[in-house]
Amino acid sequence: MTYITKPKLHHPSLQRNKAGYTRRDYEGSVSTLCAGCGHDSISAAIIQACYELDIQPHQIAKLSGIGCSSKTPTYFLGHSHGFNTVHGRMPSVMTGANLANRDLVYMGVSGDGDSASIGLGQFAHIMRRGVNMMYIVMNNGVYGLTKGQFSATADRGSVSKKGAANSDSSIDMVSLAILMGATFVARSFSGDKQQLVPLIKAAIDHKGAAFLDVISPCVAFNNHAGSTKSYEYVREHNEAVNRLDFIETREEITTQYDPGTMQEVQQHDGSLLRLRKLAPDYDPCDKIAAMQYIQAAEAAGEVATGLLYVEPMPKDLHTNFNTVDTPLNKLNAPELCPGKAALDKINASLR
Amino acid sequence: MPQELEAVNDFVVKFANVNGSGSASANELFARSILRMGVPVSPRNIFPSNIQGLPTWYEVRVTEKGYLGRRGGVDLMVAMNPQTWAEDLQEIEPGGYLFYDATKPMPPSMFRPDINVVGVPLTAICNATYTDARQRQLFKNIIYVGALSVLLDIDPKEIERLFGEQYKGKEKLLDSNVKALNLGRDWVAKNMDPSTVKLKVRRADAVGDRIFVEGNNAAALGCVYGGATVCAWYPITPSSSLAEAFQSHCRRLRHDKETGKAKYAVIQAEDELASIGMVIGAGWNGARAFTSTSGPGISLMTEFIGLAYFAEIPAVIINVQRGGPSTGMPTRTQQADILSCALASNGDTRHVMLFPEDPKECFDFGATALDLADRLQTPVFVMTDLDIGMNHRLCAPFEWDDSRAYDRGKVMTAEDLQAASAKFGRYLDVDGDGIPFRTYPGTHPTKGSFFTRGTTKDRYAKYSEEGPVYVDNMERLVRKFETAKTIAPQPVLRPAKAATRTGVIYFGSTSPAMTEALDRLEEQGVHMNALRLRAYPLSPDVADFVEDHDTVFLVEQNRDGQLRMLLLSDLGADPAKIVPILHYDGTPITARFITDAIQGHLAPKRMAAE
Repeated sequence: MTYITKPKLHHPSLQRNKAGYTRRDYEGSVSTLCAGCGHDSISAAIIQACYELDIQPHQIAKLSGIGCSSKTPTYFLGHSHGFNTVHGRMPSVMTGANLANRDLVYMGVSGDGDSASIGLGQFAHIMRRGVNMMYIVMNNGVYGLTKGQFSATADRGSVSKKGAANSDSSIDMVSLAILMGATFVARSFSGDKQQLVPLIKAAIDHKGAAFLDVISPCVAFNNHAGSTKSYEYVREHNEAVNRLDFIETREEITTQYDPGTMQEVQQHDGSLLRLRKLAPDYDPCDKIAAMQYIQAAEAAGEVATGLLYVEPMPKDLHTNFNTVDTPLNKLNAPELCPGKAALDKINASLR
Repeated sequence: MPQELEAVNDFVVKFANVNGSGSASANELFARSILRMGVPVSPRNIFPSNIQGLPTWYEVRVTEKGYLGRRGGVDLMVAMNPQTWAEDLQEIEPGGYLFYDATKPMPPSMFRPDINVVGVPLTAICNATYTDARQRQLFKNIIYVGALSVLLDIDPKEIERLFGEQYKGKEKLLDSNVKALNLGRDWVAKNMDPSTVKLKVRRADAVGDRIFVEGNNAAALGCVYGGATVCAWYPITPSSSLAEAFQSHCRRLRHDKETGKAKYAVIQAEDELASIGMVIGAGWNGARAFTSTSGPGISLMTEFIGLAYFAEIPAVIINVQRGGPSTGMPTRTQQADILSCALASNGDTRHVMLFPEDPKECFDFGATALDLADRLQTPVFVMTDLDIGMNHRLCAPFEWDDSRAYDRGKVMTAEDLQAASAKFGRYLDVDGDGIPFRTYPGTHPTKGSFFTRGTTKDRYAKYSEEGPVYVDNMERLVRKFETAKTIAPQPVLRPAKAATRTGVIYFGSTSPAMTEALDRLEEQGVHMNALRLRAYPLSPDVADFVEDHDTVFLVEQNRDGQLRMLLLSDLGADPAKIVPILHYDGTPITARFITDAIQGHLAPKRMAAE
């Protein structure tokens, strides 16, 4: 971490996005994580993605659990409300927050300890319910704040910094998310910003449960030989299935692709996901084939990354509940209270 | 010949049935028919944690005087369950009556010589009329209601009217039920002298405009009226029917007339950890939210409750208490979560609790709790219990003033933030009441955003582990709790008819039994001022009350005198002065128990004095 305070002054020549904000307006306070931490790269990618999406920063609610990853919401989007909840239980808080105000953008930030160990139950259920959100797991396979214990995503056979081998089977978060009903599932690597930023943008734009598993090496406790979550290991075994160019509806498509190398997915709101295929037969709209591919890659010791699964026409929790368009937190007695006359009728029915 | 109990509009009938045999609706019909004759009744379900097959009881106290607490003892036992025959028989008061299915002859050894036996061949009547097995079972229940109506002088027209309301538009069901009712009536009329049973119902005018409703249903309606838009819950006896009632009230009352869309969201969570998390998330984001649960659910929610206290987020938790600890007695009643709720969380915490006495107050406090939670920005518990929650209780009709606005508490709008000259401080005590101002997420582009956390923070919500900063915040929370004392529902005093230095404090579902006990003690010459608590923290009135008396009985339905512990620590009262009266066997407390316990304490003292 650095001890130098960030200057608050913005350079007048900084470029503004369509919402009138500079990139600096999406930043938070200075990170207190270790120098070189993968999480800081993810924070930077989130800032970049929100800036490029022209979202007003205060229209984002960022929620996290407990752990190194869950500290990061302080380091981006300083004008957004944030909520550092309790360990492993951010999904329920985000579900409630989302019910209260459907108009905000919800960003859940968690780690592998927070979501795969203590919070596995809530992780599964928020995906099932289709809460409209981007849920990002900064996955380093290790407990950082408590100094180096294995997490549930550590691969069997991988070795801790102290030399112990992990004997437990690992939990694959993307497979689990697909199985539980998430409608947008992607995996990326904190060291690959080119891949990560468009995936974050698409995940935010997706009107349903969007999950991003970002492998994010822990430089302090899990970046050594024998780790399967180190920079070196992930670079060597990264098997990207596609490259995403997230294209919003209003943007003109100018790039030309060779036939057969590109797949376009039109989403419910009209936005377009343009994918450059790297694995020729990979179709992210085919859930069963996607599951099979991910499992096969894992068996071969490779890490499948990219947009792994998308349901272009998702239904979110509010759609399922048929809630009113006005956010519930804006309703008051005139809209909510049935009044005395109705109560008198109820009284009469109870005699 | 055994003696014969005689009573008009003042007796207890208990039905012993098998769970799942369809007896519940017949028994409720019996109770309602008496109510329709203008005579108050107080029914109670006594049921096992089971769907089918285990014994279940339904006890109806007929009480023209309006004593709605459980009386204890049984004057007429309707013994429909062979499994519990022996214990049911034992419960009958000497001179009382046993009503049973006399289809099979029973040896005299199966009865008691000091009771009166009334046998009606219910199975034989059924079998002669119905061929279908399910019909035989269901209509047997209606047949015994018919037979009892003749024996007790219940007006059959009231029963038929109730059928008419229940089976409106289902004429076939209506006819078949009336037929079954008359089978029972006709058999008794032809074969028995109705004066065999000297317990009678006589038409009266003692019900008035009161309503007959379960506490869970009432609390749910209170949440609808109080503006709850998010309900997150996990099924647990005895609270499940509360969330279900909220959903069904909302289906009728909370859909937009034009679009048909819902102005509420009910979510059945995966567990209580999640249900309270959802409530806190919704509260943080400005929606009124509640959960309903029972003791084990509170245990699971404890970590989150601490977060809501420390991060200052409104949340309403309705605890329909049951017997504890652990899984305890899921289908029995207690007031044994007082401490687990008052102090829920690690670290120093105190929580606001409301104690409704009946369904009317469940309704009132459901709505009030939502206001208080928003005002105080903290969890508020509504401490009801199985006795109130799952039994129909006669109570005053629900009231609502259409001019009442919701108290959304200290919330800064975009305009407020724009106009403010000072920097927004989320945990800044601007007015000295300990309650800071808050903002909802998404309010203003550049002002009022903050980071909510369970860790310590300064007045501007910035993370800090500095000792003085921590203490400053904790002391403000104490000031906030002081504020709660004056804005929570105040205690209700029932003064004694003569001057006295003896007092009694009670709360919640003890209320009807206490009212009756006070009357009885007064008849016995024991005068006591009675204070019914309606909230924690304790109002300043409670300290005065304790101060003004030499002896104060504190009646609770738990083993350890949990409220007494809070009272002693909060008021610094002399423990010798506060005498615990504790009932905790899982059955609702009775006036008999309270009277005997208080007399038991006072009598030796009187003798010593004489």
